[in-house]
Amino acid sequence: MLKIENLHAKVEDNDILKGLNIEVKAGEVHAIMGPNGAGKSTLASVVAGNENYEVTEGNIFLEGENIEDLSPDERAHKGVFLSFQYPVEIPGVTVTNFIKTAINAKRKANGLEDMPAAEMLKKIKEKSALLEIKKDFLSRSLNEGFSGGEKKRNEIFQMAMLEPKLAILDETDSGLDIDALRIVANGVNKLKSKDNAVIVITHYQRLLDYIIPDFVHVLADGKIIKSGGKELALELEEKGYDWLVK
Amino acid sequence: MSKYTEDDLREELKTQEYEYGFYTYLDAETFPKGLNEDVIRAISLKKEEPEWMTEWRLDAFRKWEAMEEPEWANVRYEKPNFQDISYYSAPKQADPNKSLDDVDPELLEMYKKLGISVDEQKKLQNVAVDIVVDSVSVATTFKKTLNEKGIIFCPISEAIKEHPELVKKYMGSVVPKTDNFYAALNSAVFTDGSFCYIPKGVTCPMELSTYFRINEGGTGQFERTLVIADEGSFVSYLEGCTAPSRDENQLHAAVVELVAMDDAEIKYSTVQNWFPGDKNGKGGVYNFVTKRAVCETNAKVSWTQVETGSAVTWKYPSCILKGDNSTGEFYSIAVTNNYQQADTGTKMIHLGKNTKSTIISKGISAGHSHNSYRGLVKVNAKAENARNFSQCDSLLMGDLCGAHTFPYIEVKNKSAQIEHEATTSKIGEDQLFYCNQRGIDTEKAIALIVNGFSKDVLNKLPMEFAVEAQKLLEISLEGSVG
Repeated sequence: MLKIENLHAKVEDNDILKGLNIEVKAGEVHAIMGPNGAGKSTLASVVAGNENYEVTEGNIFLEGENIEDLSPDERAHKGVFLSFQYPVEIPGVTVTNFIKTAINAKRKANGLEDMPAAEMLKKIKEKSALLEIKKDFLSRSLNEGFSGGEKKRNEIFQMAMLEPKLAILDETDSGLDIDALRIVANGVNKLKSKDNAVIVITHYQRLLDYIIPDFVHVLADGKIIKSGGKELALELEEKGYDWLVK
Repeated sequence: MSKYTEDDLREELKTQEYEYGFYTYLDAETFPKGLNEDVIRAISLKKEEPEWMTEWRLDAFRKWEAMEEPEWANVRYEKPNFQDISYYSAPKQADPNKSLDDVDPELLEMYKKLGISVDEQKKLQNVAVDIVVDSVSVATTFKKTLNEKGIIFCPISEAIKEHPELVKKYMGSVVPKTDNFYAALNSAVFTDGSFCYIPKGVTCPMELSTYFRINEGGTGQFERTLVIADEGSFVSYLEGCTAPSRDENQLHAAVVELVAMDDAEIKYSTVQNWFPGDKNGKGGVYNFVTKRAVCETNAKVSWTQVETGSAVTWKYPSCILKGDNSTGEFYSIAVTNNYQQADTGTKMIHLGKNTKSTIISKGISAGHSHNSYRGLVKVNAKAENARNFSQCDSLLMGDLCGAHTFPYIEVKNKSAQIEHEATTSKIGEDQLFYCNQRGIDTEKAIALIVNGFSKDVLNKLPMEFAVEAQKLLEISLEGSVG
């Protein structure tokens, strides 16, 4: 699904990623953990194609295709989804209108007609039920005045609607209380399949109690310094990162 | 609008250029350039006007000659040379009373390009249209249906002849001849426009609409609209405007007067899309317009405007809330791109008791443009319990444009409640990236953000216009983010 080779990236003049390698196969869940400032969010942004970051070396392959020259929207059309750590507000644009526009943009890029209204409504109903989203929430302006938990739930709702191949969840657990965490994790678990992959970026083991990773990676100073199974997350929880970062 | 999704709409937006920039070769009669009393007499004669009208015009002209062009607006432009404009131009075959079969086929072709159908069988349901090309009204539809209700909807030149008592009484009653420089000029040289009278207690069964088109070069357009809603009546009125793309600056100086009698309501909507000039600021229409309404007891007037065109706009649709319990509303979206300049807003003059006004202004600036909101809320000493709510929001795109807000508040009665809110925001890179990440390209993302920003005003437009307006907003801002 995703293969990253020797990735170097910088923002302005700061080198952030310094030779990162990772391979994520379809059907897998990977967790990326690491101390603050290690480059976790940068990795998410670079994969999504944020132009504020400059890739200076290395390659990113999505299903075997080098996506380096693709714009963020083209990457999205190919199935990349990023659940933002800080989702932005778009006043006056409702949750429904936004997702409808996004879905139809993706369909158009893939040579499909707009999704018929009835199908759209059905899908919205189904996915909002999955994330326990109330109807009035759908007609509010996107992220405007949303609580932290509502914002994250809305991100996962969009993910459910867009059915990406590769979903990157950037600190989706921050700002969530335990109930919201359970709802969001449950949503992610239900969307998992043998054909898609999920990368979970997090500080804490907590989320990984609900979304069980196949692999855990420790990212420090722009590189993956240790990889292991889900037990690595527990070890990190117990010992912190210091024993790895010397 | 339900079936008309935003994608359908964008599908239509293939052209980046000003879509109405074509010129139609009409056999036209155009006066030589220049302005003096003889020209005014000639216009009046051409229009077969009664003597009182000629005198009214001449009086306005003499007063105009003594006036100075105003300079207080936040716009910079080369002053028009008033002797270098032709004040009358008419497509030769334009006679609104002829049947469509007699109309110049070129004229019909032009309507088609503009998306107006004058064929009543095929046209939008429930919109009666008056079309003004250059100086004359060329077609008015649905006259008969309206006549049955006693509604008069006709070119103003016809009203002067057919309904002199109404014209005499109300023309200049809201915007006096000497109100301002451009209103005075208009009073002297206006050539056509629409007239509308809704009798007592009648709710006009359809939208009334006037479509203004400047076609000839070297001309100015000076139309005059007068809408009179008698006691307890209701009318919704729409106007749209386009002009060919030219290197020269063309002058459009209109006057619109609305009279809302006791318990009457007028909804007046404008989609202004005069040629804005090219990317480098060459050419474009100077849009200097005076629009004002008088509201008697319990009357209500709503101005809604979507201003996307013109090189320079100077326009303040206002309400004089004369009667007790009267209401004035102003909803505006003004978009400026490239080198466009707009100085627009409203005046709400509270004279009666318990009068209410609402102002919602959305300014969107891109390119090198400047967009100013200028609004006055005035509460007179006798206006007990006046209320006003104003909201002025500005959205900036890029870092070369300007948004300016000039609110004036004059309150002489302690019971007044005035609220003013203002925000300025910028379309952020993070917003665009967020949309991009969801698969929405930048152009579409801007359209989405701008439409969201303008929603409160777009919702006030009649449905037929809302779609057009949304489309216009997108066209106007195309290419504004590099």
